[in-house]
Amino acid sequence: MHELSVCQALVRQLDEIVQRERAIRITQVVVRIGPLSGVEAQLLRQAYPVASAGTPAAHAELILETLPIRVACESCGAETNATANRLICGVCGDYHTRLLSGDELLLAQVELERDELATASGRH
Amino acid sequence: MCDTCGCNITPGNAHLLRNDGPLARSADGREAITLLKGLLSENDRQAAHNREHFDRQGVLALNLMSSPGSGKTALLEATIEALAGKLRIAVIEGDLETENDAERIRAKGVPAVQIATGTACHLDAHMVHDALHRLDLDNIDILFIENVGNLVCPASFDLGHHRNITLLSVTEGDDKPAKYPVMFRAADVMLISKADLLAVLDDFDPAAAERHLRNLASRAPVLTVAARKQRDIDAWLEWLRTEVAAQRERVARRETLHPAVQSEGQALHANSGTGQPHRFVRLP
Repeated sequence: MHELSVCQALVRQLDEIVQRERAIRITQVVVRIGPLSGVEAQLLRQAYPVASAGTPAAHAELILETLPIRVACESCGAETNATANRLICGVCGDYHTRLLSGDELLLAQVELERDELATASGRH
Repeated sequence: MCDTCGCNITPGNAHLLRNDGPLARSADGREAITLLKGLLSENDRQAAHNREHFDRQGVLALNLMSSPGSGKTALLEATIEALAGKLRIAVIEGDLETENDAERIRAKGVPAVQIATGTACHLDAHMVHDALHRLDLDNIDILFIENVGNLVCPASFDLGHHRNITLLSVTEGDDKPAKYPVMFRAADVMLISKADLLAVLDDFDPAAAERHLRNLASRAPVLTVAARKQRDIDAWLEWLRTEVAAQRERVARRETLHPAVQSEGQALHANSGTGQPHRFVRLP
């Protein structure tokens, strides 16, 4: 259950963003998780309310996006879809492939509400 | 994961993820900020710091991962005995509870720090950093970090080490790489351990284990080891000697090395211009 650790790291990053941007709360969080990241999306979703409770990121909508696993073959040059435990070339079957996508573990985007007074004073 | 900036952008997905890519979103109403920042960037910053420690002091840091009971500590005991007087070794032991493994290592005359993780199922870069302050890295050639026995979680956390060593004991199934692809994909070398039991365990096929590993697009060498009675660890010792020599050369060139699966992100962020993944990163 390392998803709780990962989620706590996410919430700390969100806290930093709130401070830096002088926001009052975060309303939406977009996270990209590849099937090969080692993090299970559903467990991260379950951990989020616990990890974010009492922080400005509590109650934010958590959007989890997944990119497909794709590999490029170094032998025949083909780019094909793959699965987590079968990352060989889909055309020639060679295992000398490079992963093109599928191992992402990214905080992609946040949507936030600013403290308008603080923002205004910061600009003047 | 990339240590340069802590993200997982690869040459293959960058065009999808950048601001003008099809997966980027435009702001609507409330303010949206695009970040593309690694979820574990806090851990990765600490890992990069640990790696600087290791490189500055010429230490080769190796992360041992496997199921509980696959023979990590026994392999370390045999390795320490075989390399006594030749290479200087220290060990960081990770377990949920007890000092047992660190005591086994200390009994061989080698410094060992036990990290008791409590309930945590993996080591992270901060725990390793704390342990480093209890070791004298000046007098060490190889630091073994024996991770918590677990084929899932430890694969996600960079500790600042140079190489991942994944053990698969013959008392487990030879299809473990297919069942735990994230862990075995991260291996720089896979050790088939307790190989002396192959004579009595006819349902473990080392060739099948290697096939499952290759299906993960892994080029990692597969070595068999027996650390107990019919001791055979020569191939492993040879791999270690080669790695120690390679680390000394990298240190002399002011370069460092990240474990296997982190190469793609680095290739992108190192701006090599060739578009080819490469695993060496020049230190600032």
